[in-house]
Formats: sequence, C-alpha cells, structure tokens
Amino acid sequence: MEPHPTAPPAAQNPTEDFLIHARGLVKRFGDFTAVDGIDVDVRRGEAFGFLGPNGAGKSSTMRMIGCVSPPTSGVLEILGLDPRRDGPRIRARLGVCPQLDNLDIELTARENLTTYARFFGIGRREARRRADELLEFVQLAERADSKVEPLSGGMKRRLTIARAMVNQPEVVLLDEPTTGLDPQARHLVWERLFRLKQQGVTLVLTTHYMDEAEQLCDRLVVMDGGRIVAEGSPRELIERYSTREVVELRFNADDQRAYAEKLDGIGERLEVLPDRVLLYVDDGDEATAEVHRRSLSPASVLARRSSLEDVFLHLTGRTLVD
Amino acid sequence: MVTLVLPRLISFEGMSRRAASVTERNLSTLRSAYWVVLVSGFLEPVLYLFSIGVGVGALIGDIRLPSGEVVGYAEFVAPAMLAAAAMTGALSETTFNFFGKMKFVRLYEGILATPVRPIEIALGELAWAMVRGLIYSVAFVVIMVLLDLTTAARALAMLPATLLIGIAFGALGMAVSTIIRSWQDFDLIAAGQFALFLFSGTFVPPTGYPAVLRWLVEVTPLYRSVDLVRALSTGTTGWLQALDVAYLLALAALGLTVAGRRMERQLCK
Ligand SMILES: Nc1ncnc2c1ncn2[C@@H]1O[C@H](COP(=O)(O)OP(=O)(O)OP(=O)(O)O)[C@@H](O)[C@H]1O
Ligand SMILES: [Mg+2]
Repeated sequence: MEPHPTAPPAAQNPTEDFLIHARGLVKRFGDFTAVDGIDVDVRRGEAFGFLGPNGAGKSSTMRMIGCVSPPTSGVLEILGLDPRRDGPRIRARLGVCPQLDNLDIELTARENLTTYARFFGIGRREARRRADELLEFVQLAERADSKVEPLSGGMKRRLTIARAMVNQPEVVLLDEPTTGLDPQARHLVWERLFRLKQQGVTLVLTTHYMDEAEQLCDRLVVMDGGRIVAEGSPRELIERYSTREVVELRFNADDQRAYAEKLDGIGERLEVLPDRVLLYVDDGDEATAEVHRRSLSPASVLARRSSLEDVFLHLTGRTLVD
Repeated sequence: MVTLVLPRLISFEGMSRRAASVTERNLSTLRSAYWVVLVSGFLEPVLYLFSIGVGVGALIGDIRLPSGEVVGYAEFVAPAMLAAAAMTGALSETTFNFFGKMKFVRLYEGILATPVRPIEIALGELAWAMVRGLIYSVAFVVIMVLLDLTTAARALAMLPATLLIGIAFGALGMAVSTIIRSWQDFDLIAAGQFALFLFSGTFVPPTGYPAVLRWLVEVTPLYRSVDLVRALSTGTTGWLQALDVAYLLALAALGLTVAGRRMERQLCK
C-alpha cells in the first residue's frame, strides 16, 4: 500500500483537530426523526464506532457524514469543511463502504476499481496500478477479471472496501463492514482494517458485532432511537455499565421470569431475556456456587467475562440480533 | 480578473471531467452483445425509409414543402426518419437504461459517494446517449447520400442538428425517468413515442390537418426536429429553423434541470 497522508502538525483551532465534528445533528424523514441531535467528534487517526440496534440511526448518520444526505439541522463539519457547500471536495477525501454493496454489476472486479478511480479524476495508468494493488490487499487478485455477480458475499464486501480505498482517503466510512460474512472472512476484513488504521487512516464504522467494536474501535458511541446513549472506549464502557463477569443461566421453562425472584440478591444486577437470565457479578464462580446453594438447577450455566454486548443490553434493553 | 474567473473555469473543467468519467464508465461496459442493440436501432429507420419512403412514395409522387419547393416523397420522408432515429437513440439510453441504473442496480448511489454530482451524472449519461445517437445518424446520412436523397454537404450540416435533437430528447427522457415509478410506465412512453413518430409531419405534411390538430403537432418536439432536419436536407432553411433550434435548446435545458434536481432529491435523501 501507498503511504497515506499522515497527520498534519497540531492545529491552532481546536475544532481542526477533529476530522468529523457534529453538534446537535438532526436528520428527519418527513416527520420521522431518524437522528435526534447527536454530538460527535472524531480525531485524526482514530477508529470510531457507532453501535446500536436496527433503526438506531447509524446509517442515516453515516450518510450525512458521507455528504450524500443533507442534515436537517445542526452543525456538521467534515475535514473542516461544510458538507452543504463543499460536498464534492469532502467526498474526494473520503472512502465509503455502504451498508448494502452497490458494486457495478456490469463490470469486472478490476474495472470496478479503475472506473471508480476515474470518478475521482485519477489517471488511467495510476488507476490500473492502484486497482491491482488493492485487489492484492483484499486478496482478490485471482478474481480480478471476474464479474461481480459470481463473487461470494465476502468477496463483494472486500471488493467494496477496496473500492473505498481507491482515492487513498483520509477517512474511511464503513457501514457494517462484516455483516453476513463467515468468521474467516470477518477476520480477514478486520486484519485489513487494522492495517489501514496503522497507516494513519481514520476509520469510522458502524457494527452490530460487539467483538468487532472491541477489536477495532478506540472510541465508540452507543446509539438508540436516534440519540447517543453512551460514549467512551470499549473498556470504559464495560467498566461503567457492566460488572467484571457475567453468568448466563438457562432454565428448562417457557418463562425464565419465574426464576428472577429466586435469584434475587446474587450479584449487582439481573437481566431476564426470553431464553436466559443474566447475572452481573464480580466473581462468576462464586455466583454459580450460590445458584446451586439455592438448589436451583439451570439446564446450562456459563460464567464469562463481561463484554460490550452486556453494556449494550444494559443501555438499550435489547439483545443484538441482525 | 483572472482570480475571479479562474475558480469558475476550474469548477467547470472539473464538471466536464467528472461527467466524462460517467460516459467512460458506460464505454467500459461495452461488450460484444451491445452491437446487436446498435444494429437493430439503426435498422428501424432504414426499413421505414425503404418500405414507406421508397415503396409507398412510388404511389404518392411529389410533395410541396412549406417553402414552395417540390421534392420526391423519399426525399421528404428520409430527413424525418433521421430525426426520429436521433430521438429513438437518445430515448432508449435515457429512459429504460437510465431508470434501471438509477432505481434498480443503484449504480448512481455508488457514484454519488465520489466527487461526481447528480447533474454531472445526467450530463455524462446524455453524452453517452449522443455517442450512440451519432452512430445511427452517421450511418443513416451515408445511406441518404448514396440514394441521392441529399447532398454530402447538407448531410454534414444535418449531423449537428441530430446531435441537438438527441440532447433535447435525451434530457427529456431523463427528466421523465426520474418522475415515473415502475417499468409498466415505459409502455406509456413507448406509445407516446410512436404517436410522435407517426404524427410529427413525418409521413404527411401537417398542412393537411385541421387547424387545431395542426397546431398541436407543430408544438411537439419531434415536429420541430423534423422541420429542422428536413430544411437542412432539402436546402430550404429560413427563420423558422432558428425557432426549431431555440425550441430544442430550451427543451434540453429544461430536461437537464428537472433531471438533475429530481435525481438529487431522490438519491441524496
Ligand atoms: N430514506 C428514508 N426515508 C424514510 N425513513 C428512513 C429513510 N432512511 C432511514 N429511515 C428510517 O430512519 C431510521 C433509522 O434508519 P437507519 O438506517 O439510520 O438505522 P440503522 O441504525 O442503520 O439500522 P440498521 O442497523 O438496521 O442498519 C429507521 O427507522 C428507518 O426506517
Ligand atoms: Mg444501517
């Protein structure tokens, strides 16, 4: 990979430090409010995540940042510019991987990249060079001359990510980059995104996967119903909104709620889900022992370390299923 | 002065460059199968020319033009077929194909994430339709010259006219495509196109129609196109052709404006 533009010397103006700066950002569709006044600051070189259930407003936010959807109100500055006025100039420096692949099905994998490069005004020869390099980068060199249709979902996703890199962007926006990929493909994508980050590219991504957020994001916000309900590093969020460990209990019963009372007092908090009960505790083994002392016999017990998933559940009251 | 003008020039330069990149994208989709589409689009006006212009023309004899000049029927019909071919060529790219790219394969959503703007996509697609239209037109005027239906010099003058016709209909086609909602609506467009083809002074001079109908025909874009090309082809140009040109330019500007605005509204929600 070509070296990417590195961070400029610290700016005098504090907002210039933020590649993305939003205050009270609102997006309405008719009288429905999809994004309801969010504040976001993304620094150069960081990996920033938007986490949230379906319909939280993640994609709406990403599209505003990508300058393809005008904000209804609020302040939005990207790379120090105003998307309403400087859309083309901003987009020239962004890479976008949308939630749904919109690759050009009439072209081959390589042509998808070269053609896209031309939209950025990149010369033919250079476009060709970058295309080959990027196909290599996302391990699609063998499929360079294949049309898009026969590529697997994971390959299409990787091609879309490669396409987002063709203009050597300073910021890459990734809307659910690994949704629907098998574990192997996901790990490959993570590894590539991590490499981009090391090259100094700023990553902004949305995800439903907690492990993805924990792996990739330096900082993230949890969105729900168009608002930001929490913000911090993955570690901070876990410390603030969860306990050290979590015990998952499954009972052989239609209604897990019946057991809530009997578990009362174990650990800090308890969450009843349709198929299991979660105990938020400091010591999983100790809590498990207490469950057995109360002569309850769950069909399965799992004591594990607390994760972002638990934070998420606590904040939005929902499990993440996609 | 320079500093005032230069940024505008650069942005214009950027605009045409970005529009050209959209045209270039279409060029790289060209595969062997596309030549079938091209040939069939070219064949249609040629078949009409021979069956009606030459065939039926033998029964009809000569026609008197508004300018007073008298020409053979094939000479009368051929320029109309050329104008109609320019219309068809432009519309086939900017209705069916454009609609599919915009609403079904979401091609433009991908493009709009780059510096390319909606109006530049519209311009690029229009330029593409012109390339296709020009291929039809060149082939057709060659036939006209070979059949001695016009002179080589007049044929050359007709080519820019067919480009203008293509731009006007292409812009109109794109504007309509941003308005219609489903594939079924294309049957309506096809019907309208055929009605234009039959009644725009193509096969009969509208002077024979009742006053209202004649007036109606004379405001349609294809009539103005036929009028322009026929005057060039028969060497009878006058002030009326300036009106034709102005009409087609206005239509092109209107179509492009509507298409650009509506694309922006639909794609950049
Ligand atoms: N173009 C639109 N017109 C009307 N409503 C819209 C439009 N786009 C999004 N919405 C609505 O805005 C809300 C937020 O949608 P958005 O796509 O931003 O959510 P999301 O967080 O990305 O969800 P997901 O995880 O399912 O991708 C949803 O209720 C959606 O129905
Ligand atoms: Mg989304």
